[in-house]
Amino acid sequence: MIKTPAFFIDMQICTGCKTCMVACKDKNDLDSGLRWRRVYEFSGGDWVKADDGTFTQDVFAYYISMGCNHCQDPACVEACPSCAMHRNESGIVLIDSKKCVGCRYCEWACPYSAPQFDYANGIMTKCDFCQSQIQEGREPCCVEACPTHALLFGDYDELIALHGKKAIIAPLPPPEITCPNLVIAPPKQAKSTENTNGLIQNPEEVKDE
Amino acid sequence: MHVKNGIVVRVETDHTQEDALGIQQIRACLRGRGIRKWIYSPERLLYPMKRIGKRGEGKFARITWNQAFDLIASKLKTIIDQYGNEAIYRNYGTGNLGGVVSHHNQIEKLMNVLGGKLNYHNSYSTAQIFQAMTYLYGKNNTGNYISDIVNSKLVVLFGNNTAETRMSGGGTIRDLVLAKKDSKAKVIVIDPLYTDTAAGFADEWIPIKPGTDAALAAGLAHVLIMNDMVDIEFLNRYTLGYDKSTMPEDIPKGYSYKDYILGFGEDTTPKTPEWAAAITGIPAKRIVKLAYEIGSIKPVYVAQGWGPQRHANGEQTARAICMLPILTGNVGIKGGNSGDREASFGIDWPGISVGENPIKTSIPCFLWTKAIENPTDFTALNSGLRGKKHLEVPIKFMWCFASNALINQHSDINHTHEILQDESKCEMIVLIENVMSTSAKYADILLPGTSSFEERDLAYQGYAVEMGALMIREKAIEPMGECRTLFDICAGIARKMGKEKDFSNGLDHDQWVEEMYHQCRKIKPQLPEDFSKALEKGLYKWPRSGKSFVGLASFRKNPEKYPLNTPSGKIEIFSRLLWQMAQTWQLPEGDSIRALPEYTSSWGIPGKKDAVLYPLQLVGHHFKQRTHSTYGNNEWLNEASPQTLWINSLDATPRGIEHGDLVKVFNDIGATLVRAKVTPRIMPGVMSLPQGAWYKPDKEGIDQGGCINTLTSQRPSPIAKGNPQHTNLVQVVKEKQTHD
Repeated sequence: MIKTPAFFIDMQICTGCKTCMVACKDKNDLDSGLRWRRVYEFSGGDWVKADDGTFTQDVFAYYISMGCNHCQDPACVEACPSCAMHRNESGIVLIDSKKCVGCRYCEWACPYSAPQFDYANGIMTKCDFCQSQIQEGREPCCVEACPTHALLFGDYDELIALHGKKAIIAPLPPPEITCPNLVIAPPKQAKSTENTNGLIQNPEEVKDE
Repeated sequence: MHVKNGIVVRVETDHTQEDALGIQQIRACLRGRGIRKWIYSPERLLYPMKRIGKRGEGKFARITWNQAFDLIASKLKTIIDQYGNEAIYRNYGTGNLGGVVSHHNQIEKLMNVLGGKLNYHNSYSTAQIFQAMTYLYGKNNTGNYISDIVNSKLVVLFGNNTAETRMSGGGTIRDLVLAKKDSKAKVIVIDPLYTDTAAGFADEWIPIKPGTDAALAAGLAHVLIMNDMVDIEFLNRYTLGYDKSTMPEDIPKGYSYKDYILGFGEDTTPKTPEWAAAITGIPAKRIVKLAYEIGSIKPVYVAQGWGPQRHANGEQTARAICMLPILTGNVGIKGGNSGDREASFGIDWPGISVGENPIKTSIPCFLWTKAIENPTDFTALNSGLRGKKHLEVPIKFMWCFASNALINQHSDINHTHEILQDESKCEMIVLIENVMSTSAKYADILLPGTSSFEERDLAYQGYAVEMGALMIREKAIEPMGECRTLFDICAGIARKMGKEKDFSNGLDHDQWVEEMYHQCRKIKPQLPEDFSKALEKGLYKWPRSGKSFVGLASFRKNPEKYPLNTPSGKIEIFSRLLWQMAQTWQLPEGDSIRALPEYTSSWGIPGKKDAVLYPLQLVGHHFKQRTHSTYGNNEWLNEASPQTLWINSLDATPRGIEHGDLVKVFNDIGATLVRAKVTPRIMPGVMSLPQGAWYKPDKEGIDQGGCINTLTSQRPSPIAKGNPQHTNLVQVVKEKQTHD
């Protein structure tokens, strides 16, 4: 068993295809609106029209796939008034559905929008790292599904030793808030978390409305 | 497929086999992962039906299979008696190309047994480029593998968004990902959209106005020629028509390619970078720089996808892009490319033998509506008819199998709707489908086909992968409702016509699967003799041979010994065939056929007077949510990637359009409603409405589904008579705000 399970995203080869998102929905039988994994499209840049009618631009765009980062200092756990949200001994952040009262504090607290409210049952739900699958020595479903092998899974410290990068690119929040178990090889066009030129281009695809 | 109590509960794909370039894991894309929502769609067809309302209303009554077969057989007999077999047609459709036994070839075989039917040529994907390449290179598929970019110093892609069109783990995108890691080449993508491929893999994006790639190519050629960056030895030995030294003697002066570029031709206009800038929207300085980038190093890999050619001037565009590698001698060499789409590797597996069709008449597949509506004006010289000088009978009976091209994917939905309303014209439409698609609503007899998961079959590698594969598929679940396989449907009709044995050869569906498997073993004898063993293993793969594949390599090595299949045996920059066609073919005003790969402006490209009313160009890029229109009703995929109109803020802001607003896109052909995606990822003056969204008319007939074919024209391209579905001029207005 891996010491601290973590996701790794090689953003240089992620095409934003969303196979991870749909594979997760299939495995976990998630109705529309429940997005345990979401894919953010982050894009920006300006266009300038010259007098001769031609254009120049500095447009950039990249995608970032987000499940739950099973943070080392999870804000959702801290916010939960009923102790339903907890981090287990394997480092996986889980919800005890019997204790959950559906107050949605965890949803507001999480900077990654990982907890997802199940309107039908009045409780929160979230990514459980496919724990039954990883206990069998397999990878989480989203990782096994990634067509370009951009999304990987491993031990946090080993991934850091290999790739040495922490999750610090826009539109993610600074990692100090929750210490996510997420390692990223940034795309060529990566922007810092302070970037103000870019926008999440697909709010309707990633946010609960 | 994980199945519990006869129900599919989960989908998994190839994540366990060996994985490397040439033998990669065939991991499904999101469409495959979401397949349960297709199999168990509330719109699944479960029993045979006949239409009781008007075509398109979607009103049907349930009938038995026996009644359905009787109705079809008796109409077939009447039509054949009255008009002959040439009045029967199978419409183009690619919704199920994966199956070998469940393949539309079964309808070909059935009709051949019954005396034949009208043929089609071309495809909705590639009409313009495939015909263009035969005039230029004498054949299609002239490219190198995409993995050959490891040998290139520069890669220039026109369109070619493999991240959305070949996106599975067994698709070209994976080849590109793996090859890009080992390649030092700079990648430049030229496209009106900052596509997922451009965003993910390009070092630079050069936005271009749709339909103007040939003008860019001419501007680049001007710089290459004026600055001695053309490979004159290559041009003299391998090509026809670059300059007067290789022009046919009987062609008047001023018709060589060099004459055209330098302004010594008919139009007396030098194709300077400034000239190209005004047409393409690309700054002249950038054009000059790009020409130097292409002309100053070797090898350069220039390739085009199929978007640039799907235009009213698409044949010209396809050939013009190829002029860049031709001028610089990058054709037929390692790390280079012909300018054609990248090549793919595949094993040449057998298909069902369909027998002989005694009818040789063939229409361009895009002109089926004309063959219903206006058959008396359908000739070889005005409509690309083959096998006859003019069409003798209209289409009176149509087969549609896994085809949404009856309404949704064909241009000008409003006009198609009108043609289909007149039931005295096309008298019967038999449609076989999994779900109540937009086209299904127009069927007279609507038959429920099994999905791929409810039938045993074989599947071969696609064309978008550098690997051979054979999949032997067991059915995962029993057929839903009364669904039948295509083979069983055709056999049932053959029985009513007294031709069952001729059709089935005494085999049933499963026996045919086994028969085809044994035919595959003749190609790959190492496959187990015992079919059940192969069925158990399910997936066999063969890597492509280790060496990178170079298109036109033998021609490059020895053009005298291995000439091309063009009249001269050379690359025909000047095509005498097109020169002759220009004089004999009858074209509507504004269309032209040119012997050279010139830029020809066209209807639907700004600069004409209609651009005042409709100032915006509209294209319909292929989109990850669907495969064309297939899965357009899948709620998971619609959640992941909803249909939106891509619009630049420079066009949105003056119209008061904000991200998420409901907008109306319209022109003289029709209108559609859709939400706006305001994004810098598309060039100002251009919008994209991803093709394939399902047409959903309201009571007034206004589409609520964002279907681009409410706005596209049935006017075909000049040479191929192909579908110019990216050539559109439109206007957009705000319909209402996001949350009111």
